[in-house]
Amino acid sequence: MILAFDTLLFLEKFILIVVVILAALGIALYTTFAERKVAGIIQDRRGPNRAGPFGLLQPLADGIKMIMKEEIIPLTSNKWLFILGPNLAMITAMMTSAVIPWGNKVELFGRVIDLQIADINIGVLYIFGVVSMGVYGIMIGGWASNNKFSLLAAIRGASQIISYELAMGLSLIALLMYTGSLSMKTIVEQQMSTGVWNFFVQPLGFLLFIVCAFAECNRTPFDLPEAENELNFGYHQEYSSMKLGFYLFAEYINMIISSAVMATLYFGGYDIPFVNEAALSASWGVNIVAVLGTLTLLAKIVFFLFVFMWVRWTIPRFRYDQLMDLGWKKMIPLALINMLITGAVILWLNK
Amino acid sequence: MQALTNRVKVLEQKPMTLLERMYLPNIAKGMAITFGHMFKKRPTINYPEQKRPFSPVFRGLHILNRDEEGKERCTACGLCAVACPAEAITMEAAERKTDEEHLYREEKYAARYEINMLRCIFCGLCEEACPKDAIYLTETFAPANYTRQSFIYGKPDLLIPDPKTQPDAFAQAQGKLEAHKANMKAKNEQ
Amino acid sequence: MSITEILFWFLTALALGSALMVVFSKNPVHSVLWLIAVFFAISGHYILLNAQFLAVVNLIVYAGAIMVLFLFVIMLMNLNAETEPRKNRWLMYAGWLSGFLLMLVIVAALKEAETRDQLALMKGGDIGLIKHLGRVLFSEYVLPFEISSVLFLSAMVGAVVIGKKD
Repeated sequence: MILAFDTLLFLEKFILIVVVILAALGIALYTTFAERKVAGIIQDRRGPNRAGPFGLLQPLADGIKMIMKEEIIPLTSNKWLFILGPNLAMITAMMTSAVIPWGNKVELFGRVIDLQIADINIGVLYIFGVVSMGVYGIMIGGWASNNKFSLLAAIRGASQIISYELAMGLSLIALLMYTGSLSMKTIVEQQMSTGVWNFFVQPLGFLLFIVCAFAECNRTPFDLPEAENELNFGYHQEYSSMKLGFYLFAEYINMIISSAVMATLYFGGYDIPFVNEAALSASWGVNIVAVLGTLTLLAKIVFFLFVFMWVRWTIPRFRYDQLMDLGWKKMIPLALINMLITGAVILWLNK
Repeated sequence: MQALTNRVKVLEQKPMTLLERMYLPNIAKGMAITFGHMFKKRPTINYPEQKRPFSPVFRGLHILNRDEEGKERCTACGLCAVACPAEAITMEAAERKTDEEHLYREEKYAARYEINMLRCIFCGLCEEACPKDAIYLTETFAPANYTRQSFIYGKPDLLIPDPKTQPDAFAQAQGKLEAHKANMKAKNEQ
Repeated sequence: MSITEILFWFLTALALGSALMVVFSKNPVHSVLWLIAVFFAISGHYILLNAQFLAVVNLIVYAGAIMVLFLFVIMLMNLNAETEPRKNRWLMYAGWLSGFLLMLVIVAALKEAETRDQLALMKGGDIGLIKHLGRVLFSEYVLPFEISSVLFLSAMVGAVVIGKKD
């Protein structure tokens, strides 16, 4: 047999993957800038404004600095795992973007192209699987550094992520019971056709999900793995140069992806609010509406990124026992109650 | 125990109420505060481009003054060194020769005059102690440098330019270079 | 060879190679990481069988949760090659023997299995899809399913009891 596959499909997906990864990297680059700028503005400062107009070249300068720094691998570290750690963190952060529908169908060169890398029927579970892999980046990096602070931070991070994954999954189950599908595309299309975003159906579920997303991304108030004042610098203390950059970058890409997931699952994805896309496509053409939809999704992502930063510069860090208390004694029971209520309501409505 | 003042505030440590344990109302309150701060006036200024005006009593780097004919006013009496609480001033006196009358105002002058800017606390007591109006504190910072030695300012660093022999530099030090140039031009044209 | 076949052989080699590395690596942390690689390869096989749900659940549960706990324990115990105590020689022989016997049993069991001559269903069938699995679990196999959940509950209660005891 010859190797038979659709070359055009392969090409199309390849281009899409490259575009999505480059876009994610670019947005992450500017998210680091936005983080500092938002921090400055919230604290009545100005933020970076020296490199280029409004400091817009700052991320470039940061990147160059990161790459030019000396690469240090501690002598007593486990060399291969030390290198593997940041790569794993970066790869898992990137992999999640595969199932997010970035937009509606586009017609180009007589082909209908889906703006989604893979529409698998277990999209939500796939995200879970990849997110649960994200722990390894932290754990391996922290352990391989052969440093007690790093190890402590890695263990903290891993237990935090595992704990909050449970509540996150339970809060999602309620949503999945309502939508009846695990495919991200179907979930978005349902929201588009009914015109009601899932947020209005599952407000408690969304709240639980966003809190868990904060914990999964190691963002303040749950940034215990990186607690500077207790653990020096956390699990990436021994890292330098671009390996450190990878860790920091992976955090921002995780933020972007979780914003995208939240926008997709609870806020209609590429659904333009108050607009009937089908009617608009008939008059304006499919492509323009699809691009507008993608821009809408980007706007939603930017909004959530802003919320991430806004919370970071507002709320102090939780204590570790408080974190575990919140995760196990509050989030999980709440998620279970939310699930039960949703199930009961669905049963009652179907009868 | 009786409180010494009436400003004592007894801290009550009650268990958190349900509303507090939910965290969310307080988080919302905090986030409203930070959001409000986004529209506040920023006290930061873009430093090298914008500078804050000095207060009229600002005390910066020292200068050694000259009189109108360009003679050094300092007579090396040592009062400034005595007055200095940080012991930053060192000087050596010398006697004026007959052919140096255009250089120094009195018979005695400071052959060496050093201020250690790392020791100096810029209190201005030397300025007050000086009977001859020879030392003044200006509105300039001591610039950063790499070595300790370079913070010991000698006479060449401290003396103001001679109004007779270096009129341009003198005008510049006063901040009146433009006016001086216009003046000179007018004079030349006459 | 079709792409599916190439993938199959690649995943098989990966799974077997990683499994051997689990046994042969000196460092327990490396063993755990190789085991994770095995799980990945097995998940790949599930995907080839069009059982996406099983593949992802395998990753989430085994690679994502259980192996993390394994790593946890191993990292905290500080098991290095140097600190490893010398084991009894007879223990090693017993290990070899029991491993060999297990392999013998598996081979004997699979020799007569009816799927011996058949190629596995590739990219066909929907047994592994979530809809189908859910229906089967909650109709045909509802009793074993619920019993196993009771088992998990009792394990959880036991863990809490042990944790409470000082």
